[in-house]
Amino acid sequence: MTRSAIEDLLREHTPQVLGTLVRRYSCFEDCEDAVQEAVLAAAVQWPSSGVPANPRGWLTTVAGRRLIDQMRSDHARRSRETADSLATVPTDVPGTDDTLTLLLLCCHPALTPGSQIALTLRAAGGLTTAEIARAFLVPESTMAVRISRAKRLIRDAGGRFSEPAPLTAVLHVLYLIFNEGYTAVHRADLATEAIRLTRAVHTQRPTDSEVTGLLALMLLTHSRHATRTTPAGDLVPLDEQDRTAWNRSLIAEGLTLVRAALAGPTLGPYLLQAAIAATHADAATAEETDWRQIHALYLILERIAPNPMVTLNRAIALAELKGPQAGLTLLATLDTDDRLARHHRLLSVRAHLREKAGDPAAAHDLYRRAARATTSLAEQRYLESRAVRCRTPLSPN
Amino acid sequence: MKFVIGMHINPAVLDALTDEEKAAIGDGHGALLAELKESGELIVTQALADPSQSAVVSVRDGRTVVTDGPFVEAKEYLGGFYLVDCESRERALQIAARIPDAALTGLAVEVRPVMFYDGALEA
Repeated sequence: MTRSAIEDLLREHTPQVLGTLVRRYSCFEDCEDAVQEAVLAAAVQWPSSGVPANPRGWLTTVAGRRLIDQMRSDHARRSRETADSLATVPTDVPGTDDTLTLLLLCCHPALTPGSQIALTLRAAGGLTTAEIARAFLVPESTMAVRISRAKRLIRDAGGRFSEPAPLTAVLHVLYLIFNEGYTAVHRADLATEAIRLTRAVHTQRPTDSEVTGLLALMLLTHSRHATRTTPAGDLVPLDEQDRTAWNRSLIAEGLTLVRAALAGPTLGPYLLQAAIAATHADAATAEETDWRQIHALYLILERIAPNPMVTLNRAIALAELKGPQAGLTLLATLDTDDRLARHHRLLSVRAHLREKAGDPAAAHDLYRRAARATTSLAEQRYLESRAVRCRTPLSPN
Repeated sequence: MKFVIGMHINPAVLDALTDEEKAAIGDGHGALLAELKESGELIVTQALADPSQSAVVSVRDGRTVVTDGPFVEAKEYLGGFYLVDCESRERALQIAARIPDAALTGLAVEVRPVMFYDGALEA
């Protein structure tokens, strides 16, 4: 086996081994140190001695022994019984996947979303602190402080599994990781990582329609990854993307998942968003988009998970269905929403609809205001270019 | 999310403070710094020298012209800043409120989101 194949194998097994140890011995920080040592030993030994028949069992045994050695030296004065009870090292590891166990711990309610994300990537994703720091553009020392603080908070909160995070918290963190990777072009690896972890959860909970929905949503969104920016890094809106370059195998997998989950009894926010993404993926051209279905799905989403962003998206679908004025009328209901009042998305969608309604002067002004309100450089460039287009019509009458 | 929390100061206001009040400002910054380092939210903070030490550089027709002093003459000027990376705008505002300058009339603490960031990642 090549060195990089061994590295992949180790990355796949590390969260499961850590999950197993944490479930047995609870002390998160010590378990992580022990697993790191076992992984290091494997990385050194396996290329020459060969990969053991049961790599995960090997890692669990070695990490378990390191952990117990550590505990014995740390707590020599502890009673003999404690040490004895720990001395039964599990040599035979059951075939369960403890990645989910670990994810539930990383998304502990005592942590802020930012810390949940960092710890999830570190412990379950197996990324190095330096890699996570680079992904979030903070110094490595800052990220190191954040991760150790997160571990300490879990420990202080009595963290094993008396109060595990609900599965919805894990899904939310995976969704946030995916979005980080999706919105920033240079962090596409975070999107891949989110998909990998969501797959692991899906393997554990194959009948949970929200898990399936989230995985499908990620796959369908990621299928457009190559086409949503130009080589120069400029954003390309959905209706101008080259659909022949969308990743067909990701779409096929996403569509299969959505259809299977929609046949089930429950309909949650992730599944609905996946169904919307699936409707876009189904359209061979932007003109063929089934806006009636998309609007209906947003309407249901708005009812089960009311959120001004959902209404904003429904306004776009409504405008496609009944004309820009209908969309603008719906947008007007959002003007009183504090959460959205200062948001560039409200300005840019309104600009878009004004443009479609044949009012380039108003659209120009709104695009300019939206460009000033965004904190994303790529989005700012895009909105500025739309503003310019409104000022100089391409086909003068 | 990254924010620059800029401290706009006015030397006349600072000079009018008692020694105790000045010491309290220093202590307040020290306590906030320790807290932000511990929480993993601080990226860097810097205090700037007096604007009399500034120089404005302009290049016209390929010729560099250096003018001593600040670009804008004003009673208030940027005295320093915190660059933080935190969960939300709300949290950034909360941090800003902990800066002692925020409690003094005539000084201002301004919070602005960062749009582009590069360099000094190993600091």
